[in-house]
Amino acid sequence: MKLLEYQAKEVLSSLGIAIPPGRVARTPEEAAGACAELGPVAVKAQVPVGGRGKAGGIKLARSPEEARAAAAQIIGMDIKGFKVPLVYCESALEIEREIYLGFTVDRDARANILMLSAKGGMEIEQVAEESPESIARLYPNPWRGPLDFELAQLVYDAELGELARPLTQLIKKLYRAIPDLDAVTAEINPLVVTKKGDVIAGDAKLEIDENAMWRHKDLDVKYGSVLEGDPYEVEAKKRGLTYVSLGGDIGIIGNGAGLCMGTLDLVQRAGGRPANFCDIGGGAKAEVVENALAVILMNPDVKGVVMNVFGGITRGDEVAKGLVAARNNLKMKVPLVVRLSGTRADEGREILKQNGIEPGVSAWEAAQKIVQLTSTAGRA
Amino acid sequence: MSILLDASTKVIVQGITGREGTFHAEQMQALGTKVVGGTSPGKGATTHLAVPVFNTVADAVKATGATASGIFVPPPFAADAIMEAAAAGITLIVCITEGIPIQDMIKVKDYLRGHPQARLIGPNCPGLITPGAAKIGIIPQSITRPGHVGLVSRSGTLTYEVATALSAAGLGQSTIVGIGGDPVLGLTFRDVVDLFEKDPATTHLVVIGEIGGSDEEHAAEVLARGTRLKTVAFISGRTAPEGKRMGHAGAIISGNRGTAKSKEEAFRKAGVAVAETTDQIVDLLK
Repeated sequence: MKLLEYQAKEVLSSLGIAIPPGRVARTPEEAAGACAELGPVAVKAQVPVGGRGKAGGIKLARSPEEARAAAAQIIGMDIKGFKVPLVYCESALEIEREIYLGFTVDRDARANILMLSAKGGMEIEQVAEESPESIARLYPNPWRGPLDFELAQLVYDAELGELARPLTQLIKKLYRAIPDLDAVTAEINPLVVTKKGDVIAGDAKLEIDENAMWRHKDLDVKYGSVLEGDPYEVEAKKRGLTYVSLGGDIGIIGNGAGLCMGTLDLVQRAGGRPANFCDIGGGAKAEVVENALAVILMNPDVKGVVMNVFGGITRGDEVAKGLVAARNNLKMKVPLVVRLSGTRADEGREILKQNGIEPGVSAWEAAQKIVQLTSTAGRA
Repeated sequence: MSILLDASTKVIVQGITGREGTFHAEQMQALGTKVVGGTSPGKGATTHLAVPVFNTVADAVKATGATASGIFVPPPFAADAIMEAAAAGITLIVCITEGIPIQDMIKVKDYLRGHPQARLIGPNCPGLITPGAAKIGIIPQSITRPGHVGLVSRSGTLTYEVATALSAAGLGQSTIVGIGGDPVLGLTFRDVVDLFEKDPATTHLVVIGEIGGSDEEHAAEVLARGTRLKTVAFISGRTAPEGKRMGHAGAIISGNRGTAKSKEEAFRKAGVAVAETTDQIVDLLK
């Protein structure tokens, strides 16, 4: 789960990290009120993607009137597919210098990595490319966390020795996001040193491991429903499906991420445009299959659906039963091509046939067939 | 011959009395896998599927001499199950469980450094099968046939797809290994490619990767140093849209690696044929 900036900052604050004064505003009126209370503020769109500044999602407001106007412009705006649900009005900081501080999972090392650089700010990726040595790195032991001397080394490696005391304290606090919150990314960029010498989180990015949400139901309840994302993705999440909208007109269901991605590739290769990625995962039961079809058919652009199911932990007969029930329950009108094989696939194919659904043979044939059927439907 | 697993390997199933554990332990037995027991805390001293059930892995190993384990326990308990197996001296641990928190797996990886005898496959994987001999996991026996192609894959279902095509074309497999799709996992492509390289029964190799991470690039580096195996690679997710990125931390450590393009180029540079669809794999292998 990707937290919005204000949510991430609330979390950082709860870990004891200093954040600038700020208020959430859901209406222009609330933004004006926040500015009246805080003085000059940055009015910032709350979306879980980078690049919102360039997209016009951050405006400075010196007066309540300006804050009202900025919020009116920003709320409801579309930034990279996300409709801005609210803005965060935050006091500007008197910046002396900007530092980069981030934790993430290093897939190659199969470990958490902590990175610190004196060259914080927007250009950090360029810094990583041009002078990787200016980003100090530490792989903390996952059982006990970073030790004091390791953090001291990190801070001196980053040539931030004059800030050793406040930085090591702050990094220890940020590190709690890993064991306590199952963070897979926790980033403060910039970490601002103010003219007064305070160290404050200028921005915050926090992503919690989806696989660990069962340990953090409180976060899900508090923050999970704020964002108005893609309506189909929202519905799919409610139904516990892995679903991504892609903007085309052919619905796609597969079991397993690899097979599902492979099916996308094949549909695209056959000249079609996938409407979505929908992985029903291992152990897919009748109810899951019906849920997947129901979400896909919510989208009026969908002209046909191709389903690619290969057995293993998934049982073909269960998939087929679910498919027949779903088609009947949903009164499905668009073409459906099903490719089914693997464990108990013979029984599954028999069930499909008995109910008037012809199973496809190979995935490539199924992809070509659905593209052909949907393009015919388009001409009709 | 094969890698990692054959008909003589003594296997236990952790979570043998559960629904999935029961179903797949039966399938493993049906192929002839030497399933010598299982674990299920609180059900020790009982019998299930005609084999003894133990409370702990240590008890099972002591009584049966098992060296391999298949794990079918729910995500909250799976990381502990892996470490329990390693501590009990198991040398091949296959974890099928999907949805283990990443931080749990990072701790497991650290723990396993203290148990170098333990090889972990997975988690979130279909396991492995030596056709006609034995399997640990959920790969259906029906789609495989004994032969000389080594198959290693990150995806479960794509593995079945490719195995079916190979079998239909008369290209049997020495061993099929699904290493799993999680970011933090046990054996990587490079490890499994090394094992196939050393297996005299394996003459051909199919590598099925997908976007994300740089394990495919690392395997390509190994193959570039020279291999006796006729190799074909396939990368899924060529047309997948870029994930909506957040923060810079991921980009700082991975740069441009991880795309389908980067992986395909790495394999081509290593002299490995790259299939654009799974259907092409068989033709390129012949």
